[in-house]
Amino acid sequence: MLAGIVALLAWLVANTAHNLETRGLKTGFGFLKDPAFFDINQKLIEYSSRSSFGRALLVGLLNTLLVSALGIVAATILGFAAGMLRLSRNWLMARLATAYVEFTRNVPLLLQLIFWWSLLTGLPGVQDSLSLGNVAFLNNRGARLPAPSAEPGFGMVLAGAGMAVVAAIAVSAWAKRRRLATGRGFPVAAIAIGLIVGVPTTLFLALGQPLAWDVPQPGRFNFTGGIQVTPELVALWWALSVYTGAFIAEGVRGGILSVARGQTEAAYALGLSRGATMRKVVLPQALCAIVPPLTSQYLNLTKNSSLAVAIGYQDLVSVGGTVLNQSGRALEVVSIWIVVYLGLSLLTSLFMNWYNRRIALVER
Amino acid sequence: MSTFHRTTAEMVTPRPPPPLSRGVIGWLRANLFSSWFNAAMTLLAVYLLWLLVPGILRWGLLDADFAGTTRFDCQSAGACWAWVDQRIYQFLYGFYPPEQAWRVNLALTLLIPALLPVLFDRMPGARWARWFSLAYPFVAAFLLVGGYGLAEVPTDRFGGFMLNVAVGLAGILLSLPFGILLALGRRSQLPLVRLLSTAFIETFRGIPLVTFMFAAALLLPIFLPPRFNLDLIMRVIILVTMYASAYIAEVVRGGLQSLPRGQYEAAQALGLGYWRAMRLVILPQALKVSIPGIVNTFIALFKDTTLVIVIGLFDILNIGTSMIANPNWLGLGTEVYAFISIFFFVICFAMSRYSLHLERRLDVGR
Repeated sequence: MLAGIVALLAWLVANTAHNLETRGLKTGFGFLKDPAFFDINQKLIEYSSRSSFGRALLVGLLNTLLVSALGIVAATILGFAAGMLRLSRNWLMARLATAYVEFTRNVPLLLQLIFWWSLLTGLPGVQDSLSLGNVAFLNNRGARLPAPSAEPGFGMVLAGAGMAVVAAIAVSAWAKRRRLATGRGFPVAAIAIGLIVGVPTTLFLALGQPLAWDVPQPGRFNFTGGIQVTPELVALWWALSVYTGAFIAEGVRGGILSVARGQTEAAYALGLSRGATMRKVVLPQALCAIVPPLTSQYLNLTKNSSLAVAIGYQDLVSVGGTVLNQSGRALEVVSIWIVVYLGLSLLTSLFMNWYNRRIALVER
Repeated sequence: MSTFHRTTAEMVTPRPPPPLSRGVIGWLRANLFSSWFNAAMTLLAVYLLWLLVPGILRWGLLDADFAGTTRFDCQSAGACWAWVDQRIYQFLYGFYPPEQAWRVNLALTLLIPALLPVLFDRMPGARWARWFSLAYPFVAAFLLVGGYGLAEVPTDRFGGFMLNVAVGLAGILLSLPFGILLALGRRSQLPLVRLLSTAFIETFRGIPLVTFMFAAALLLPIFLPPRFNLDLIMRVIILVTMYASAYIAEVVRGGLQSLPRGQYEAAQALGLGYWRAMRLVILPQALKVSIPGIVNTFIALFKDTTLVIVIGLFDILNIGTSMIANPNWLGLGTEVYAFISIFFFVICFAMSRYSLHLERRLDVGR
């Protein structure tokens, strides 16, 4: 059998070499230094049409990472909310959450993506933008959001916030040690929230509000100021979050249901309220069952962000496709895709394995 | 001396619970208004429904137009469904010659007798019927493509929903044998086989399907000798099969792992060799446990068949998007997408219910 596999591989390599030769195609990654001669309208780093193919692919990779990171955050929030709502005692809410999960999971993501994108590009033009409280605007060119710009002194606020977080962690560690030693409780949550919210707010006010919002202003042809977000990014982010959120909801529901019923009953018997039972007894145990499927959902979201190519969001696959067309280097571009996506999935699973080990149940 | 006094001749029938905790009101109180938080959630849900449902009903049914030949015949404020009547053939069969459409229908109908003996092993004659299941992919391919007496239909005429079904079904049926081999390879005693299988599975699971579509269109011709002139749909099916077999392999591996060690040892003790032990003892049990997972893989793959649009094939979604670029039907995006999503939803939802039912049944049996 092994001989068969080796023979198959040799046959493929021989074919490839022969085909490349007859078509006069060159191989090698040297082309990455050649100028790309195409534009990318959404870029996180400096890029112009005179930049190299390699730089173009880097811009695409960053766009993939951007939409994946945004999507992971939103999908996690949506998924946890919908998963808990499905188990809520409120009959109507549970049904609504079920409808959301079942509908979204059973319709192709690409279809949903194109639908949201067509909705966004079908919005009114710049002149009749939908306004959200006159600070953010939605129109057929995407979203225009206010941009924060830090003024001198804002660094102090950030530093204060950081120190408040550190202090909160220290207080909770101390309180936990004291509780284990003496059994006396301490209002950790109230003090931590007080610290984390209070310190930066006080500093912020004391230093004369050192943060300016660059609010978009309606101009004659387009808005001035603010950040322009393309409809492609909004549609892709939203579609990925809604779709993956439904899958995460299922994982969360399964995880919560997997906690033995006796645990809940024991918590009630100890006099814990419903909320405290959920927070302190059920969720910590459920997390062990939730995290592994969550990992694969994060990976799926990252992989699914490649559907961007269908609506023209310039992610790694989309930019790679253009590079491939311009340079004709199919072999090289596809191998770059493979290496990058494998690397991403490896990194994510390494991180999640580490996290999983941290929260794993320690059994006696 | 005491006597036993009977105080009443009959059992006292229990009194009904107070009116506020029974009937509709009781149900409402328990399920919707048990606390102020719960009541607020109910009101929020009612508000959401009030926002969505009447609007959708009015748009989709009450104010909608159902007849006409172009969108200009749709005068009312709601949706325009006039195109359904005009275009349904294209949505279902793509560019398949209408006089040959019976072949597609027949191929799809034959799927039922092909699946039954696999899903219900207590069916009479299942052992013989399974030969038909094995032959089904070839029968279906023959019906669709033609030749040997049937009029040939070039595969570039394939399209619409039929293309989604064909690619999805071909992908899952062809990937089963490869997936099973890969799963066995990953659990093999031979380190090299294990390494190769693991590498294949992890690589193919780590890469998005879109890349495979591009590879099918651009890369596969480079790998194959020039005289192998495979058309695009065949190449897509090959790569979709490779992609799906990595997922099937993991599902089957789960099934293999769920078997107790005793089964392996008992098969060895009976003197069965590796392949016979697998064929007669291990795989029949492992595959049965894996069926829900295989169905779920199929649902995912079936939804993903819409990705063929990135390489320019005309599946149902691409037919829809190109129709709304037609001036006669310009701007009917919402209607078209709603229509297609109902197609996918009905099929995928039914299959997911079925796999859930199987999972429950398997759970009970254990």
